[in-house]
Amino acid sequence: MTEIFGVPTQALFGQLLIGLINGSFYALLSLGLAVIFGLLNIINFTHGAQYMMGAFAAYFLLNKLGLNYWWALVLAPLAVGATGVIVERLMLSRLYKLDHLYGLLLTFGLALIIQGAFRHQYGSAGLPYAMPEQLTGGTNLGFMFLPNYRGWVIVASLAVCIATWFVIERTKLGSYLRAATENPTMVQAFGVNVPRMVTLTYGFGVALAGLAGVMAAPIYQVNPLMGADTIIVVFAVVVIGGMGSIMGAILTGFGLGVVEGLTKVFYPEASNTVIFVIMALVLMVRPQGLFGSR
Amino acid sequence: MAAPDQYQPHASRDDAAEARYHRRAFLVMTALFVVAPFVVYPVFAMKALCFALFACAFNLLLGFGGLLSFGHAMFLGMAGYVTAHAAKVWGLPPELAILAGTAASTVLGVVVGLLAIRRQGIYFAMITLALAQMVFFFCVQAPFTGGEDGIQSVPRGKLLGVLDLSNTLVLYYVVLAIFTTGFLLIYRIIHSPFGQVLKAIRENEPRAISLGYRTEHYKLAAFVLSAGLAGLAGATKAIVFQLASLTDVHWTMSGEVVLMTLLGGMGTIFGPVVGAFAIITMENYLAELGSWFTITQGAIFVVCVLAFRRGILGELEAWLRKRRGG
Repeated sequence: MTEIFGVPTQALFGQLLIGLINGSFYALLSLGLAVIFGLLNIINFTHGAQYMMGAFAAYFLLNKLGLNYWWALVLAPLAVGATGVIVERLMLSRLYKLDHLYGLLLTFGLALIIQGAFRHQYGSAGLPYAMPEQLTGGTNLGFMFLPNYRGWVIVASLAVCIATWFVIERTKLGSYLRAATENPTMVQAFGVNVPRMVTLTYGFGVALAGLAGVMAAPIYQVNPLMGADTIIVVFAVVVIGGMGSIMGAILTGFGLGVVEGLTKVFYPEASNTVIFVIMALVLMVRPQGLFGSR
Repeated sequence: MAAPDQYQPHASRDDAAEARYHRRAFLVMTALFVVAPFVVYPVFAMKALCFALFACAFNLLLGFGGLLSFGHAMFLGMAGYVTAHAAKVWGLPPELAILAGTAASTVLGVVVGLLAIRRQGIYFAMITLALAQMVFFFCVQAPFTGGEDGIQSVPRGKLLGVLDLSNTLVLYYVVLAIFTTGFLLIYRIIHSPFGQVLKAIRENEPRAISLGYRTEHYKLAAFVLSAGLAGLAGATKAIVFQLASLTDVHWTMSGEVVLMTLLGGMGTIFGPVVGAFAIITMENYLAELGSWFTITQGAIFVVCVLAFRRGILGELEAWLRKRRGG
């Protein structure tokens, strides 16, 4: 067996793969946060709970309605996004004139309610979600064995991230969005319905979290608290990347997932904390974040 | 975060009236606390006092400095661990153990503060939360914290070699003395020139900078003071419950202190005390219902943010002011 730096290549590539998987979720989640923050100036603390709701939606679709993974991939984000639209209309929209920290507090409260309610109903033990049969098994890449589902998660989330980037940075719709981020009053004066755009943007960001939840369901179990700790790591990812750029959020998400995976190989004790340490270092050197502009 | 009732320059007559109101409220509060152990279960009252001090320390930062820390549990929990370790393993008397715990969280406050004040607003909240999570994982893994079990059966010992803290009533009045000292210190800080500058920074940081204040220094000082006082609360709590555990370092605890302050009224002097007693009482009744406690907490957050931003004391004070025709 070959080794790199005294580590068997099998273990190295294995952890690298896990890192890329985690990175896919970090990227999808921090992308959603960045999109929401860009227009609403709110940090969506409910994001972790909405990610969990995506996974539960997939579980319900399969076990109550018999709709498989591929249906869930479409329907669950729509359902979670719809709850997001309701939350934005009923609650968040009342807070835009206030200090942005109230948005953080409100979404934190919502996260407690949602997570508490799911835990009350389903306990803290995870519910299993079967992998779609088309993606079971794996492929031998020569240097490692790649489970098909994991490969699919990486490719799919990368595709979603790039599509989101394309829509926001390269299309007409995206240009409205970017303009509204700069100056909502002016955009409204040009006849764009900015409040509706804000609502839909929140719904979209939340739907991204739901989509991440569906993709996570077969890998991790469906668990009421699956998003609770993840969201804190994603916050650190967002601080490291800086909220200014969409591509920045994607790159930082994948990159930090890989770094975390490598830490598991070389210094496992630090794998839980490495992202926070990197955040501290970045704050010292470049407080606005790697891709952030003041 | 700017308190919803914007700070307005009072005429000196109003200042005198406010000082009188504070003095009366303080006397009532102290009188209530002195008789409390004969009315309610003393351990409950001590728990509430520790959390009240914790919330007051947090309010110093949020209500008067405008900085929302979402990681204050790290100071509460870390001080608890150090105090418990000092009392149990090193065999220090309680006063030195508490001092050691407070010192530890003050030092932690310097390190975290230096990093966190590099960003403002929402980022500040996220950074403190992330750093607190790092401290949490450190406490899970570090050998001296005892991992999932925590540090149990911490000896209470004799304060200054004289006062036997295993007597619940003696312990209660020691805790009350610690709380009152911390409370008065915070009151003094808020009403000092330092506190005034802090409020100025909360209202308009660029203007404070243009007036020549090194706002970074003020914010760091406020952060460290708040961390140290939160540590004092955590250290006392460890002696009272003879336990230091992961619960006190977890992010749910950071959320809880935000909730206490928000519910009681951020930026008010007595609000955090009221908020702490309200939440601890609620916890007492709802704790066995598990997730319902979490759901209720979340609901209070939502209601406070949407409809009740001044909190209990803030609303009360506004109502009194209106009645006086001010």
